[in-house]
Amino acid sequence: MKIVVCIKQVPDTTDVKINPETNTLVREGVASITNPFDEYAVEEALRIKEKLGGEVHVISMGPPQAMEILKNALAVGADKVYLDSDRAFAGADTLATAYTLAKTIQTIGDVDLVICGKQAIDGDTAQVGPGVATRLGLPQLTYVSKVKEINLEKKKIIVERLLENGREVVESSLPALMTVVKDINEPRLPSLLGIKKAAKAQIPTLTAKDIGADENRLGLKGSPTWVMKIFSPEARGGGGEILKGELTEVVPLLVKKLMDTKLIK
Amino acid sequence: MAKLLIDRDACTGCESCVPACPFGALSMKEEIAVVDEKCTFCGACVDVCPVSAITLEKEEKAVTIDIAAYKDVWIFIEHESGKVSNVSFELLGEGRKLANVIGCKLCGILFGDKEAVDKFAKEAIAYGAEKVYTMESPVLKQYRTDSYAKAAVDLIRKYKPEIVLFGATTQGRDFAGTVATTLEAGLTADCTGLDIDPETKYLRQTRPAFGGNIMATILDYPNYRPQMSTVRPKVFAMPPRDDLRKGEVIRETLQMVEDQIRTKVLEFIKGTETVNLVDAEIIVSGGRGVAGPEGFKPIRELAQVLGAAVGSSRAAVDSGWIPYEHQVGQTGRTVRPKIYIACGISGSIQHQAGMKTSDVIVAINKDPEAPIFKIATYGVVGDLFAILPMIKEEFKKRLGR
Repeated sequence: MKIVVCIKQVPDTTDVKINPETNTLVREGVASITNPFDEYAVEEALRIKEKLGGEVHVISMGPPQAMEILKNALAVGADKVYLDSDRAFAGADTLATAYTLAKTIQTIGDVDLVICGKQAIDGDTAQVGPGVATRLGLPQLTYVSKVKEINLEKKKIIVERLLENGREVVESSLPALMTVVKDINEPRLPSLLGIKKAAKAQIPTLTAKDIGADENRLGLKGSPTWVMKIFSPEARGGGGEILKGELTEVVPLLVKKLMDTKLIK
Repeated sequence: MAKLLIDRDACTGCESCVPACPFGALSMKEEIAVVDEKCTFCGACVDVCPVSAITLEKEEKAVTIDIAAYKDVWIFIEHESGKVSNVSFELLGEGRKLANVIGCKLCGILFGDKEAVDKFAKEAIAYGAEKVYTMESPVLKQYRTDSYAKAAVDLIRKYKPEIVLFGATTQGRDFAGTVATTLEAGLTADCTGLDIDPETKYLRQTRPAFGGNIMATILDYPNYRPQMSTVRPKVFAMPPRDDLRKGEVIRETLQMVEDQIRTKVLEFIKGTETVNLVDAEIIVSGGRGVAGPEGFKPIRELAQVLGAAVGSSRAAVDSGWIPYEHQVGQTGRTVRPKIYIACGISGSIQHQAGMKTSDVIVAINKDPEAPIFKIATYGVVGDLFAILPMIKEEFKKRLGR
């Protein structure tokens, strides 16, 4: 089975804080990590490969420093990794990003399953997975929390999707694309051997030309949306009230205050 | 091509912009700020510069479509298990305001089998839709991406709305991206604010990013239509219902057969909780401080008295004390209840990203330095195992339960 996983490098949001005086974003340290949902995607690909055989290819669209997360993917067992890196890709919104990743997957060719994380923790849109599926003409399965069965002969996959009020068991034809949530597995740590191998690996960089992309659909040029402005959210009315005293007094006071909000029926 | 321009003469070398970049793309070279290839043109640095030395040059795009042909605000009327999701009504309420500023009509789009369409079209009108475009077909009875996306794309191509809004639910977030990509139009996710530019009449969409640490206002270039957004439940208020309101129902047929739909729903396994997190008005949530699966007992008991849902931090889920469905936070669910009671939760940035827009936050924690107290409306420093049963009893008394 040929599986492609799309991963993204994102700023570690534990490093991103709001300066309380200026109320602006302050990034302490420049740690970048693999988008957490994408780690579950890579792990799921590896597990499927272990069960059914095949190859796991991992791709990422990003600046040269995104090589780091592709090396991590190699270290845990990915067979081939590729970096989509070209100035033309920069400034892409989800439409242009999905286009770029789809062209890359087409270049890899003969893919049975594409796996993505549910969403990236910087953009938070969850749109790229469905966008890639649409570009490739693949059925999509989002919010997947379990892969129940893959039948390569019949070209079918059965998964569980996590919805707001329960789980839906869905069957799809293959090839397909799925986006996964945290519950699906526990990502493995790289082995020492894996890390050594990854450190020595040469990671191919793919440009717009390499993936046969139409430059009008890339980056800022290919994006229907643009950011007019960025601002800090209103700080939550600066810390509230800490109720002090004996519990026998504090608890009734707290409950009274909550009842007074008239929000409890 | 768009560029981030730094005026070398204006730059004073104050370095304010460097930490403001979430991607670490700015640095100082010979006391002047420079930008490298990590820049994503997000614009976070522009307003931070005290001397306005940074400008983000917008991409210029020729308008090649007839914008005037795109009219009206459309709301996707979502239904699940026999009823319309409240978020659709909330969006009709907000859609009404947008349509008034633009001077256009407010419409609903509704897909399903005959029974659903007949029943729910009336409700959409009662909540403000002047017209409801419907697609009726047995293949639309159960939500699937293929049929719902085709229904939306066909209607949009035929009737050309200027704005389409979907609830940011698993249904909405599943197929809105498919629709936008098929139409090659813009889609902005999880908007918390919508308004109309008074001059251009374009939609301005405001949404959180970086786990809610930053807000971005997003527009669509004029040569991409319709302008589409998904909006989370409970961001906008429910509008009033008027069953005497009249509206037009325009019935269309979906040209699609079951064989063309590549996915099939085999089974639905209902969640064990009676109140789900997304709809809950009150949530009682437990974190590391509950110290084990039995630690959720006082939390569940209080939740039961209040008719609340039970939430959890990542720590409790990762420790296996409660299933992932309950996780609130950046890698779990985002919730907006009226009251969020955080018990034994320290309040990391990632947890806050999932709950900090709750109306009232109550924090109960042994540690007075826990970050959760900084965003809590009311806080009690103490042992949740002593406090929660007392709170439960007090509510029982006051509510007569």
